[in-house]
Amino acid sequence: MSLIPSSSAASASDDPGPAATAGPAVEARDLRKSFGEIIALAGVSFEIRPGELFGLLGPNGAGKTTTIRILTGLSRCDSGSVWVAGIDCSSNPRAALGHIGVVPDESNLYPELTGFENLCFCASLYGVGRSERRERANSLLEMFGLADAAGRRFAGYSRGMKRKLTIAAGLIHQPGILFLDEPTTGIDVGSAREIRQLLTELRGSGTTILLTTHYIEEAERLCDRIAFMVAGRIVKVDTVRNLLEPLQGLHAMDLSFSCAADAVLPAITLALPELTFAKTGPTSLRASATGPFGIGALVRVIEAQGGEVLEARRVRSSLEEVFVRETSIRPEAMKREKERRARSS
Amino acid sequence: MKGLTAFLSILGKDMRTYYLKPPNISWGLIFPVAWAGMFLVRSGRGLEEVLSILPGIVTVSILFGTTSMLAVTVTFEKKNASFDRLLLAPMPLEAVMLAKTMGAILFGVINGLIPLLIASFLTSLQGISWGLLLAGSLLTAVSSTFMGLFVAVAVSEVFEAQTFSNFLRFPMIFLCGLFIPVASLPVFLRPLSYILPATWGADLLRRAVTGSGAFDAWVALAILTAMSILLYAFSLRNIRRKWIT
Repeated sequence: MSLIPSSSAASASDDPGPAATAGPAVEARDLRKSFGEIIALAGVSFEIRPGELFGLLGPNGAGKTTTIRILTGLSRCDSGSVWVAGIDCSSNPRAALGHIGVVPDESNLYPELTGFENLCFCASLYGVGRSERRERANSLLEMFGLADAAGRRFAGYSRGMKRKLTIAAGLIHQPGILFLDEPTTGIDVGSAREIRQLLTELRGSGTTILLTTHYIEEAERLCDRIAFMVAGRIVKVDTVRNLLEPLQGLHAMDLSFSCAADAVLPAITLALPELTFAKTGPTSLRASATGPFGIGALVRVIEAQGGEVLEARRVRSSLEEVFVRETSIRPEAMKREKERRARSS
Repeated sequence: MKGLTAFLSILGKDMRTYYLKPPNISWGLIFPVAWAGMFLVRSGRGLEEVLSILPGIVTVSILFGTTSMLAVTVTFEKKNASFDRLLLAPMPLEAVMLAKTMGAILFGVINGLIPLLIASFLTSLQGISWGLLLAGSLLTAVSSTFMGLFVAVAVSEVFEAQTFSNFLRFPMIFLCGLFIPVASLPVFLRPLSYILPATWGADLLRRAVTGSGAFDAWVALAILTAMSILLYAFSLRNIRRKWIT
């Protein structure tokens, strides 16, 4: 039995009806959603092609989870339209549930059931027969390295184990479209790596995946296309290659020093006009240019202002750089905030 | 067929994890026995009183059997987000919630059978109208369960569900005609009595067991059915409005 659902397997075994379309697997048009005064989504539009791994990248509060909840029928949008597997879900948000698998940002399986029972129960919700769901549950437990914990209650699982079982539960009915909300947040490095490997395999098998993440490297490594999402808006959508294109030939360096950046900035801008400077913190800035440049002149100007360079780091042309340019958000701050939240939860 | 698999699976899981747990079973056994003892002591008479108190005991057993767990479990699952699993199941919300409440309905009916079983050892049950008793028990269980669902959907914390349930259940025992006939209640309390499912359920069971009741059986059956439909529809509306926001 195949552990990873293939498009054909999904349609053969669990497809509840009219799906398989030549158009986008998922399409969101001008989604708007407010919670009282707070605008969660301010006109979000994107489409995900069949078999694509699409990433939604953004900080907390960007609207990623709200978008997933609307696409999966767990929330209603104030306006806009949603198409999933070729089905118009605008009027009936539950219409496409048979085609999708959902892995929420918080593991939400049943604490009183064992790992095996949880998977069997989730499969049964999709009408998978008794013997087949047992077989699938055992296979997924094996695949996720949870076979030894199959008979243990979910409540006793570690965070990483809970995350893996929650992903397995999202796959048990072999969906053609998978929604994953922050699948690697708050878990150990080894488990995160296994999950990324699994996502790569799933994409290879033809499963369409929507992944939300705040880990830029994860999005860069896994996704075919990425949407940057900030404050309920998508500010940029493209392939990783196209996103990186404007940075080709760009050279940059991050500097932190002992004095205030505001004190250094006027003098350094005047002294080195061939470079562009941007303040990145109270005592740090980023220097960039279209050609290579050394650190010597920079150090001399900063020292002339009474400061001392504490750290200098070359910035490679990465998605992180593109993200900072497009959103003006420091990824480190985004990551710290997320990890703080994960710890506190 | 797939819908039936999901339905039975939800029902089976709830029966296993919530209703057939030792504390709940012991509650189901002890509660009717304790109530029967209380009524018998209060009546000051002997076993000849069993048939007259039986409808009330069965009603209270069903009421507490159905509402003791449902409101808490639904609120608990909503709180820890596992309820989202059910909302993501590819079946109509009506069927999902029917599966979710079926465990409580069955448990309530089984709870109601226990006083009957005990009574069968104490007195003759030959005069009972079993068809009416079954219909009355089932409709009482259904309406009480949907009242529990209504409570569960109205609150967001488990302790609120417990408080709200007790706030409804205990006054209901005194207002539904078990202790005091509805006709003897103060006039201003009677309308309250008429809107309680237990009033109509108790009357139906009284008619089934003793042959006498304050209301026509068909009227009571129709009103209980209407109350069940209304409570269920209102709960589903609340789920759509409050939980799928």
